[in-house]
Amino acid sequence: MYEHDILIIGAGLAGLRAAVEGVRNGMNVGVISKVHPVRSHSNAAQGGINAPLTDRGDDWEDHAYDTIKGSDFLADQDAVEIMSREAGESVIELERMGVIFSRGDDGKLGTRRFGGQKIARTFFVGAITGSAILHVLFEQSIKYGLNVYEEWFVTKLLIEEGKCCGVIALDIKTGELYVIRAKSVIIAAGGAGRVFEPSTNAIICTGDGLALAWQAGAAVMDMEMIQYHPTTLAGTGILMSEAARGEGAYLLNSDGDRFMEKYAPEYMELASRDVVSRSEQTEINEGRGIDGNVLLDLRHLGRKYIESRLGYLQEVGVEFMGIDLAEQPIPIRPGMHYIMGGIKTDVNGATSVDGLYAAGECANVSVHGANRLGANSLLDTVVFGRRAADHATNYVKNIKHVNLDASYLENEKKRLQSIIDRKNGERPAIVRNEMANSMTLGIGVFRNQKTMEKAINDISGIRDRVKNISIDRKGAVFNTDLIFALELEFMTDVAWSIVHSAISRKESRGAHFRTDITTRDDKNWLKHILVSKDNESKNGVKVETLPVNITKWEPVERQY
Amino acid sequence: MEVKLNIKRFDPELPSDNEWWQEYSIQINSNTTILDALIKIRDEIDGTLALRCACRASICGSCGMRVNGRARLVCKTRVESILKNNEPLNIEPLGNHSIIRDLVVSLDSFFSKIDQVTPYIVPDSEPETGEFIASNESMENLLTSMNCIMCGVCVSDCTVLEVDNKFIGPAALAKAWRFVEDPRDGKKEERLRYLNDQDGGIWDCTRCMQCVEVCPKGVAPMDRIMEMRESAIESGNKSTSGYKHTESFYNSVKKHGRLDETRLAVDSAGITNIPRLLDLAPIGMKALLKGKLPPLIPHKAEDKEKIKDIYKKVEEKKQ
Ligand SMILES: Cc1cc2nc3c(=O)[nH]c(=O)nc-3n(C[C@H](O)[C@H](O)[C@H](O)COP(=O)(O)OP(=O)(O)OC[C@H]3O[C@@H](n4cnc5c(N)ncnc54)[C@H](O)[C@@H]3O)c2cc1C
Ligand code: SF4
Ligand code: SF4
Repeated sequence: MYEHDILIIGAGLAGLRAAVEGVRNGMNVGVISKVHPVRSHSNAAQGGINAPLTDRGDDWEDHAYDTIKGSDFLADQDAVEIMSREAGESVIELERMGVIFSRGDDGKLGTRRFGGQKIARTFFVGAITGSAILHVLFEQSIKYGLNVYEEWFVTKLLIEEGKCCGVIALDIKTGELYVIRAKSVIIAAGGAGRVFEPSTNAIICTGDGLALAWQAGAAVMDMEMIQYHPTTLAGTGILMSEAARGEGAYLLNSDGDRFMEKYAPEYMELASRDVVSRSEQTEINEGRGIDGNVLLDLRHLGRKYIESRLGYLQEVGVEFMGIDLAEQPIPIRPGMHYIMGGIKTDVNGATSVDGLYAAGECANVSVHGANRLGANSLLDTVVFGRRAADHATNYVKNIKHVNLDASYLENEKKRLQSIIDRKNGERPAIVRNEMANSMTLGIGVFRNQKTMEKAINDISGIRDRVKNISIDRKGAVFNTDLIFALELEFMTDVAWSIVHSAISRKESRGAHFRTDITTRDDKNWLKHILVSKDNESKNGVKVETLPVNITKWEPVERQY
Repeated sequence: MEVKLNIKRFDPELPSDNEWWQEYSIQINSNTTILDALIKIRDEIDGTLALRCACRASICGSCGMRVNGRARLVCKTRVESILKNNEPLNIEPLGNHSIIRDLVVSLDSFFSKIDQVTPYIVPDSEPETGEFIASNESMENLLTSMNCIMCGVCVSDCTVLEVDNKFIGPAALAKAWRFVEDPRDGKKEERLRYLNDQDGGIWDCTRCMQCVEVCPKGVAPMDRIMEMRESAIESGNKSTSGYKHTESFYNSVKKHGRLDETRLAVDSAGITNIPRLLDLAPIGMKALLKGKLPPLIPHKAEDKEKIKDIYKKVEEKKQ
């Protein structure tokens, strides 16, 4: 029998940071991840991590305000304060673990400027910040002898007497299903990009953690807040980091104009992401795009600069599109990038279910509100990953392992077997692609009542079809076909929560931009939308609202 | 256009005939990568095909495979770029790894070798407050190795690992280099001694260049290994057969203007792999210089005096 004080689902930045903290606190920690830790999607973060370092003249309140303004005042200000105050220490700590951050002439950490912020406070490692941090946290996990269930897939959370007391998970390599008991569980399972198409996210970003929490009865919050990144590669949706614009790249329309002049004269290309994405989409919709794209132009930066500071972007340009960025602008468009919404937690990562915590992209402490600033997500993962582990450490002191009935495992085995045995159904990929296209059409850069109603309709149909899909692979060893079927079920739950959250918000705020109601409505909608599973209601969903926590920054109109 | 992919399959659950080649035909366009093609097969034709992939953007390191006999990241390789006369592409799992199923290999041995090099920094002391102070140059230097995404592509095609699985191998040695070079680390000497003395350490590489050629991230593991050989010698690790080779080689050429193979074999405890010895020459020179001077060994030793001259110059420079 596998047993832990703290079991962490996910080995990205949030999961590994939590794990290191748990081990340092003397806990018996287990980490479970459906891919090897270094394959986690945190490795894709290119640009950097924000931190106001107060010892060199930056002010945490400035960072907090930029974050809150960026969030279109939907972020909870108490949570943002914590993040901004703890940011400096968290980044320094990563450096001490071995992250090779870029330096200034004085040998101290150096910065670059990122969108939505007046000053440069983004710390980075070339164009591989996420990877460089993830690999160092992985190094630490080796140093601490961390217990990692590598390539194990969590299929279900176990809830007994209202408390989370473990998980059921599939060892992908053998096909065996196990119960892992835990006094507390931290979900750090990352984002849900694949619910949409195209997306900058990896194929593994299927919102499993969100769905696991949803199925266990925990509430998710502000799920309509989907960030469309302004610069994703035409076609595949691979990300061209914001670092390009941070280093001075231009956005051009088909007339060769820097169109951001019209939309954000002060910040230009470095306005907040939602603003830039909508500006691009407007240019495209009004006929000043090129095959549904606009152009990202780095030519004036010069080859040497591009290759030394933005080497990875050059690699993507050349390998995937055959475009040399020093010679030619590259076509890009807005693409699904990040989900601000997530499992609702307090500032310690605690969810509405006892013993269940969440951190990282799948959680919503509410520091990003209606729009996340670039380089704030990595910060979120390390600050709140650590806090969740600290809080869980205290929580488990008075908790004993629960005796679990053997029927849990038997029932789950039967459920998986029934998917394997099902015949003559649709292929999972067909249903998945339809779902993702429906979501992008319905809950896109621009949305309205009609598109959202259609999305609800579509997803409802998809949810029925998912029950009848069948898979080719029947064997136990490395049955990725089965994994995709399980992921698809997770994704449809996530999609379901998103469409219901979206249609409930009757205003435009941050990433939720409605063409039928174009203004922000603080009087009625300065609040969070909570959705949770409800077996009593007809559509299976309960929708509630919650006031936003405002400490000292009164909402004002957001201009860049 | 239509292309054919010929894929090596393996299913351990089949009682017999569990290894076979299977051909698939699919439609592609000019930007289709091999990974796109494999995903298309898996999604639309045959869900039993097993492979690993995640980011699609050459950053997660999941999709290393052998294509037409050479290891690559398939997400980063457009089908058209390697297609010849529209012949089918042969796709196999990475070499030098045990196979779990189809294109999925076990990474246990890969990561156990990473474990072997103490893969985390061990500082002597930490600053009281704030970060370690280090030059930007010294950090940027480490980027080469930090770029490694642990895809196993180099390990797949390493010629030494093919015959000797004790060799720590290119990826883990490149990882070791990252700590040897990190000015914040306090265990440089211990690390070098280990890598120098260890069976399977830095002296077991034959400089075949494979890892440099196949690495999708410019890590150039062999160059990292050579730099560590230099550092190891500089910090006084002279009792290995590897170093003795180098020294013997050096003396032999100095004295005779050419390589005395018999002498060498004796000097270096029975290692007779000549190409390997030739590889060591530049290192001997470099070690002598403790600095940078391009390797100067001529291929033909028709002029002994000239060679002596070179030695003299090098030795003077060393002072
Ligand atoms: C292309 C790209 C670039 C980005 N750039 C930046 C940037 O520059 N700065 C910034 O701040 N943010 C950036 N972000 C956002 C940021 O990278 C992510 O939000 C963050 O890394 C998420 O970390 P995480 O730890 O929450 O999740 P992840 O790193 O995604 O990890 C999720 C983990 O959960 C595991 N998991 C999931 N489901 C299961 C299951 N069912 N069973 C077992 N394990 C499971 C996975 O195996 C994985 O280990 C970027 C995002 C993308 C897509
Ligand atoms: S150069 Fe050395 S490490 Fe690289 S592949 Fe050849 S033998 Fe292996
Ligand atoms: S050195 Fe290169 S080829 Fe080898 S594992 Fe690292 S990235 Fe892959």
